[in-house]
Amino acid sequence: MKPAPFTYHAPTDLDEAVELLSELGDDVKVLAGGQSLVPMLALRLTAFDHLVDVGRIDELRGIRADGDALWIGAMTTQASVERSSIAAGAVPLLSRATPLIGHFQIRNRGTVGGSVAHADPAAEYPAVAVTLDADLETISVRGRRTIPARDFFLGTWTTQLADDELLVGIRFPVWAGRTGFAVEEMAQRHGDFALAGATVAIALEGQTITRCSIGLFGLGSTPLRAPVDGLVGARPADVAGKEIGDAAVAALDGVPSDIHASGEYRTRVGAVMVARAWASAVEEAGRG
Amino acid sequence: MAEMEIEMKVNGRSRRAVVEPRLTLADFLREECHLTGTHLGCEHGVCGACTVLLDGDAVRSCLMFAVQADGAQVTTVEGLGSPDALSPIQEAFRDHHGLQCGFCTPGFIVSVTAFLRDHPAPMVEEIRSALSGNLCRCTGYQGILAAVQAAVSDPAPTTG
Repeated sequence: MKPAPFTYHAPTDLDEAVELLSELGDDVKVLAGGQSLVPMLALRLTAFDHLVDVGRIDELRGIRADGDALWIGAMTTQASVERSSIAAGAVPLLSRATPLIGHFQIRNRGTVGGSVAHADPAAEYPAVAVTLDADLETISVRGRRTIPARDFFLGTWTTQLADDELLVGIRFPVWAGRTGFAVEEMAQRHGDFALAGATVAIALEGQTITRCSIGLFGLGSTPLRAPVDGLVGARPADVAGKEIGDAAVAALDGVPSDIHASGEYRTRVGAVMVARAWASAVEEAGRG
Repeated sequence: MAEMEIEMKVNGRSRRAVVEPRLTLADFLREECHLTGTHLGCEHGVCGACTVLLDGDAVRSCLMFAVQADGAQVTTVEGLGSPDALSPIQEAFRDHHGLQCGFCTPGFIVSVTAFLRDHPAPMVEEIRSALSGNLCRCTGYQGILAAVQAAVSDPAPTTG
């Protein structure tokens, strides 16, 4: 047995879960799919006196249309998202990012909420949430609140979630009209975290861009939004993907350097990922 | 860190035990159930040698605790075939030299069993992608790929 000892709790409803989190103080961790937490425990990178497994709470699962958004319960597995035709139709960017997460065996356990709450800066779902301005719904004994994805991520593995707070679900806005979405990333091996990646979402009216958002991951301590100045109102034919890629990374600061890649290299890769994602999103929107 | 009583079905047989919560499902299968076909390579979710079916889904048994599988149905490589009656996928691995030392093989067999059940006619690129979650350090993967392709094109012979 490699992890340090802990007491295991498996509440079956939200009230019980938040009571436990409140009672157990600051030495408690929520266990979702465990695909990041369990290895960290096994390597003793971290240890907690208590784990609260939220895998037996039915209210935390599901994928459903909710007004002009798609609601996904925090404990919904990545594999469920991958198989969901509702998700593919409403939030294509989320569906397209999913096969890039780990391997199918990991996606069978890994969850949407776990991915987002874990807040790895190179992970796909946090970047998708930031790109689309998703809303994160949380609960604690103090009540419920909604946190915009763009405010949620504070740093590597650090978020606005309080120790006693649980992510319940995520609302991803549905973009209507002629839209295009793409995610591109470069990883050393299939299933690895990306060295750098980019997400693009655009909407067109006629030949004019009416809405656009560019996300970056692996290029800072949190997922980022790149500036898109001058793109809304422009025609895709008049803007070069390479220039958009270069502009997207121009102001980056503190791009991580490690044994896998220097910050400089990651930045160059990031620009290329933006350019590729841009081209593919524009192409899709043009067909729409 | 109170010990907890758990019960699950492993290869169709009910197993009950009192375990520490930090015991992984992999260690439970090997040490409590004495099913040592589930191998442990990296023990942090990279190598895939410990893959089992949990309620039908291929999962890393080193990345979950036995207490999380309380009430579940688990299938290990021992539940897929026996030396006298190999599964079609095991046969294909043998016929196409899809193994050398054999350490990673149970994980591959279990992963491929779930993959082919869900994707009965995969493209070769889909097979490569599906195999990417299991590491083999001997064969160079070509024999494994050939075995999976053979299992696709040569479904189980029907008896009788």
